[in-house]
Amino acid sequence: MIVKVAYSDLNKVLDAISANEKLYLPVDNAAGQAEFKPYTEGVQMSKQLNTLRSAKDFFFPQVQPMVKFRREGKHIDIFDERSESEDYVIFGARACDVRSFDVLDNVFLADPVDTYYENRRKHATIVSLACNRPAETCFCGSFGIDAAKPAGDVQAWIVGDDFCMEPVTEKGQKLIDSIKDVLTEGDQAAVDAQIEKIHEILDRLPLKDVKPVDNRDKELEVFNSPKWAELSSHCLGCGACTFVCPTCQCFDIEDFTGNNHTIERYRCWDSCMYNDFTMMAAGTPRKTQKERFRQRFMHKLVYYPIKNDGMYSCVGCGRCLKKCPIQMNIVKVMKALEEDAE
Amino acid sequence: MQDELIRRACELLEDGTVNRVLGWQKGQFVYDITPAVFTSVEEVKNNFVYNDFCGANLSKYLRSESEKEGKVLVFLKPCDTYSFNQLLTEYKIHRDNVYAVGIECYGKADVEKLRAKGIDCITDVKNENGTLKISTIYGEESVPAMDVMAERCLNCKSKKHVAYDELIGEDGEVLDSHRFDEVEEIEKMSAEERFKFWQSQLSKCIRCNACRNVCPACTCEKCVFDNYDSGAFNKAPANSFEESMFHIIRAFHVAGRCTDCGECSRVCPEHIPLHLLNRKFIKDYNELYGPFMAGAEVGQVSPVVDYTKDKDAEASVVQKGGAE
Repeated sequence: MIVKVAYSDLNKVLDAISANEKLYLPVDNAAGQAEFKPYTEGVQMSKQLNTLRSAKDFFFPQVQPMVKFRREGKHIDIFDERSESEDYVIFGARACDVRSFDVLDNVFLADPVDTYYENRRKHATIVSLACNRPAETCFCGSFGIDAAKPAGDVQAWIVGDDFCMEPVTEKGQKLIDSIKDVLTEGDQAAVDAQIEKIHEILDRLPLKDVKPVDNRDKELEVFNSPKWAELSSHCLGCGACTFVCPTCQCFDIEDFTGNNHTIERYRCWDSCMYNDFTMMAAGTPRKTQKERFRQRFMHKLVYYPIKNDGMYSCVGCGRCLKKCPIQMNIVKVMKALEEDAE
Repeated sequence: MQDELIRRACELLEDGTVNRVLGWQKGQFVYDITPAVFTSVEEVKNNFVYNDFCGANLSKYLRSESEKEGKVLVFLKPCDTYSFNQLLTEYKIHRDNVYAVGIECYGKADVEKLRAKGIDCITDVKNENGTLKISTIYGEESVPAMDVMAERCLNCKSKKHVAYDELIGEDGEVLDSHRFDEVEEIEKMSAEERFKFWQSQLSKCIRCNACRNVCPACTCEKCVFDNYDSGAFNKAPANSFEESMFHIIRAFHVAGRCTDCGECSRVCPEHIPLHLLNRKFIKDYNELYGPFMAGAEVGQVSPVVDYTKDKDAEASVVQKGGAE
């Protein structure tokens, strides 16, 4: 059932939610870019299409303290850095980011379960928002994602002057019930018309025809494609793409030993584009940027699908298209692989 | 201008002056241009592009390209020629293996500035006498090119090519730019305000290292921050570290070598104005040691390393170490 509030009264919904639990939403920062921030009274939700950094940070933060050791003489104390998360709401996530949670779940919630991730994940309720005005860099449709039906626990649309919501899961229904005082009954037909309108725009996007090739049975062929040398030839080896990517999930575990007698073990995002990624005693198995570059895209377009029933680990959010310093990105790679397949 | 560059590149490839061309390659949109090496006339004709979005400075790629067999043609905008000279000064480029063609530049557009104006879903951009005509799937837009010009271009330091084998178009002059204005604003802040300013900026850092990897002055074989044994190794963006070390140390390290090309700020996904750190150093150099522009000439020595024992060194320092 559709419920709604006037868009100008959206903060009534936000206030009502935040009265019960912590609420995060996209907010414009001083540099004019949107980022997820905790809601405080009066804060306006960003009108931008997407946040600079993805929503994966909620479950898989860039830096995660894991355990702390303290030594006193021959005695070592061990402190578990985990604490049970409180319930919280992520408001205004886009369809691409919502799908990225599924991609990450397949990794972190598979046996053995990553309890740090699970802790944050299970306490979150996700309110998604349909994309009325997608960008030229958007290609979520290539992965079967519908920006007009963004899923999550509650999905929402801006329809004219109204903010319409529909619970999708039980958790979502619970959230809607908890704030029903500020909501009125919405109009299904109006939402359907909005969905139709968005579909028309999605049909006109310049990247709408980009399609991943199912290369699950051609792992080695793709791996050995001569295309990688050219595609990677000017890659700077920075980690901008990996760090803005909603599905990149590689991490490193390091010890911070700066304090006397204390070791703080943390994990942090790592990038397969870095030259010290998977560094071992015998050196790195990926000696040049070509191998590192190839790894990133093989992982997203071939290895992940092999392990996850054909699901790709790209959601077409377009962040890497916007942020790569040399504008070499997954769409260019997908197009090159498509040529190979023909 | 693009046609002229393509014509000349093809000529130089055909007459054997060079065996490949370092330039900019068309993307899927008008703005997503990738640095690329072209090895045939056909490739140049089909894929070479030069437009308002060719901001990338190609000089750093010459480090590896000039190691290879044969001469490489490179197109350099005025500001790129400073990086080129600086790399030559540091013996990072084999000059004999490079054929440098200087090209005019009227300033490059910043696609993020277009987006900030609410212009999205861009399908094409044409520059008609200083006005950008933009096609989007939502309709047509028109913006003066100056309004969406990259900051570094609005404060262009020089239209003069300080190095080239040949020039296409006119050479310009060193400009009296306003590039230090913002530095002055920051200098006027109290120490506390200034700390707050940089803290708010640098705490956005995600340690993607794009600024470092794109920087023509960052040419170390192994960066101290990637060296596990250095004591400065850090992969995680810890606020205390980013604020006090990574960017500041990098700025110190490139001081006197940074040509203010502005690539660091162009590539920063978080829009941290890193160029301001470098400009502060340049401004201080100018004020303390007289006008100095890294890359203006090959073989220049930065003022802080250019000293002679007799003239510049404090006598007590020289003697104490037993140098005499």
